[in-house]
Amino acid sequence: MRIELIPRPDPSPVARALAPLAALVVAFLVAGLVVALLGKSPVSAFEVYILQPLTDPWSLRAMLVKATPLILIAIGLSYCFRAGLWNIGAEGQFVMGGIAGSALALATHGSDPGPWLLPAMMLAGMLGGAAWGAIPAFLKVRFGVSEILTSLFLVYVAELFLDWLARGPWRDPAGFNFPQSVVFESAARLPEIPGLDRVHVGVVFAVIAVLVTAVVLGRTLFGYRLKLTGDAPRAARFAGFDAKRTTLIVFLISGGLAGLAGIAEVSGQIARVLPDISPGYGFTAITVAFLGRLNPWGILAAGLVLALTFIGGENAQILLRLPFDLTVAFQGLVLLCVLTADALVSYRPRLVTRAGARA
Amino acid sequence: MADVAPASPAASVPTADGTPALVSLRGVSKRYGDLLANDGVDLALAPGEIHALLGENGAGKSTLVKILYGVIEPTAGEILWEGRPVSIPSPVAARGLGIGMVFQHFSLFEEMTVAENVAVALPERAFDAVRTELAEISRGWGLALEPDRAVWTLSAGERQRIEIVRCLMQKPRLIVLDEPTSVLTPQESERLFETLTRLSEAGTAILYISHKLEEVRRLCRAATILRGGKVVATLDPRASSAREIAALMVGSEVGEVRAHLSKGTGEEVLRVEGLSLPPEALHGKPLVDVALSVRAGEVVGIAGVAGNGQSELFAALSGERLASYAGDVVVAGTGAGRLGIDARRRLGAAFVPEERLGHAAAPSHGLSDNTVLSHHATSGLVKAGFVAFAEAARIARSVVGHFDVRTPSDDPAARKLSGGNLQKFVVGREILRGPKLLVVDQPTWGVDAGAARLIRQALVDLAAKGAAVLVISQDLDELFEIADRMAVISDGRLSPLRPASAWTREAIGLEMIGAHDEAGAALAREPA
Repeated sequence: MRIELIPRPDPSPVARALAPLAALVVAFLVAGLVVALLGKSPVSAFEVYILQPLTDPWSLRAMLVKATPLILIAIGLSYCFRAGLWNIGAEGQFVMGGIAGSALALATHGSDPGPWLLPAMMLAGMLGGAAWGAIPAFLKVRFGVSEILTSLFLVYVAELFLDWLARGPWRDPAGFNFPQSVVFESAARLPEIPGLDRVHVGVVFAVIAVLVTAVVLGRTLFGYRLKLTGDAPRAARFAGFDAKRTTLIVFLISGGLAGLAGIAEVSGQIARVLPDISPGYGFTAITVAFLGRLNPWGILAAGLVLALTFIGGENAQILLRLPFDLTVAFQGLVLLCVLTADALVSYRPRLVTRAGARA
Repeated sequence: MADVAPASPAASVPTADGTPALVSLRGVSKRYGDLLANDGVDLALAPGEIHALLGENGAGKSTLVKILYGVIEPTAGEILWEGRPVSIPSPVAARGLGIGMVFQHFSLFEEMTVAENVAVALPERAFDAVRTELAEISRGWGLALEPDRAVWTLSAGERQRIEIVRCLMQKPRLIVLDEPTSVLTPQESERLFETLTRLSEAGTAILYISHKLEEVRRLCRAATILRGGKVVATLDPRASSAREIAALMVGSEVGEVRAHLSKGTGEEVLRVEGLSLPPEALHGKPLVDVALSVRAGEVVGIAGVAGNGQSELFAALSGERLASYAGDVVVAGTGAGRLGIDARRRLGAAFVPEERLGHAAAPSHGLSDNTVLSHHATSGLVKAGFVAFAEAARIARSVVGHFDVRTPSDDPAARKLSGGNLQKFVVGREILRGPKLLVVDQPTWGVDAGAARLIRQALVDLAAKGAAVLVISQDLDELFEIADRMAVISDGRLSPLRPASAWTREAIGLEMIGAHDEAGAALAREPA
């Protein structure tokens, strides 16, 4: 006995539009069940995870800060995913961006470098992330290596490199042997948005990325090229679009945006180099990209929703003594439900028994 | 089988040499809508007989084999196995009877070893037993294979041996081979023939599908020739001339050929010279020293049985695959061999590939987006990187209007169109650009008669307006109808271009089966 997926001739546009919402509802129900099995009340968990952050101004601002890297990375990933390329290593590109930008901040520490430093740091972050993203792209176009594996493996390389830097060369000599760098000087820190306490201007980068991407994907030949490459690779070749060049470009964009997110997080939020600068933004952004349907506005909304789970997760740790792993599990659950819902919109499942099988 | 023909008194169709048949097909027909893919086919094989099944594309060979292997059910007729009527509802049932099949395209897991690939097909047996028997069979039949080698390290010939061994593991009494030498080197083919001869001597019947006369003559003493779904002859290929067999395969109604006066007196728009390319993939064909030219105002046709290098030639002409030298492909006087498809479009060329969905058009995209697909480099649709989608929609509507494309809605996804309508769209999309050169691969493959007529008319009209048109087609009638000059492609080699009126069907048939010298001789005999 097995389950076959039969393509639906006319997938319902209503079902397609509602699929992400349905996926979220299912994910909440499953998560509620898990919380109940852990011996806590699902109702109070829902309150702590979702309702409290949404009603507390401090939490709402924290949500914006958490949503910034998620949106920036997911926007970058949407270029790859639209072209049918699976960049799973945004986490590593985020880290390398953070490292590249921090290198400038630490090199100029104590030398009063002037206003060029912040832009240069952002640029270095983008270049660092782009360079890290270029490795799997190069390996794919040159040797045909699966970008899924190489991009993922490079995450661990980047993380260990950062760990070594924070414990070794970049450790603050006056820091009581803690594995962390000196605190960045204010010239190396992204300023807050006036009137929005604790919210750094990285949020603006995210909004710009959404706006530019909406135009690029919707109106330009480059956007058309990505869609065609993802939907019908042979037709893309017939259209004259070189698949290798497409691969390199989207990985550079994706890595660059992840790198920008990395340095914005370090410069605007953490303000120093730590062995660990991300609670898994690069992976959660994959969920954000799919929950947002690879559409820039959808990603904006999905980024806020997933940021909420980070805030709620922190609250739940304190208030309900629920492990933070539960939050990560929930984010994975959301991705699973979104992909399942999308599959069910396009395909009808059918149970096939052995007797009825025909080869 | 649902409706079996009433039993006739004769127990079975006698085989070619009169011995009792192992398997016989009687009056087998298969209908798809209006198309009769098999029409009352009779066929019989004795144990140990190697029997060839010959025919052009679309003659009904694959349908017949699929019926025999239980993949499709016949509409009428019956199958006798050792004189008893049987029904073969599935490949499992076919294997149960003792029928094995070696397909033209292999189904192997590249990352797994030879033994693992064989064991996968036999889930009920222990792996070690399979591995041991596999080694015995490959030794016993001279099919050299290392059981523990990974498949991706093997050549096409070795991969085919896995398929054959996998088939032999089930101790079949009848083996069907579909164009087995199409992926093999001459040396590998020779080894295959030795194995097949030995199998035949041991009493295994072999049904051998091919269009290569030489190997059929070497292996088989009996051949059944199909044309248009019907058996046109069962004969001894060694006792019949290549001429005779070719004529039977392609028909000999020479009368319908319409003599063309070449309108192509204009300049040469496409010139191909010394174009050679190695095969790109395992099942690919090489191109060997291809030369041709198309002048403004004429239609040049390229005939040939599918899989003889047509797609490779199309890719090399379109620029989807680059030639070795710029001068290999000259478009409108410019050496274009090293230019990509968009650069060739800018030189005035347009292309229609064989596959409508997925190659000529993106299935899930609307017709206006699919217009951008081939127009973006030339039609002023793109300014500073931005696409004028409204203009693309206007062009798409114009194609729909001019070429009578029936659409279910305004700007539907390409896959919503029927084959004929989508083909009209992708041909019309190129013609409306007003190209100097149009290269089209299988322009009317699988489309209804009305659409086919409209498309052929459009191609002729385009040439009449002064464009050069190159048509690659398996449909000989189509080429005789529209082409001014023709050549035949076989095994990646192109015959000389001759005026359509100088070709006979017989000579084309001979070229298709690789009998180039005899084709030339046949034409020399014809009165000029």
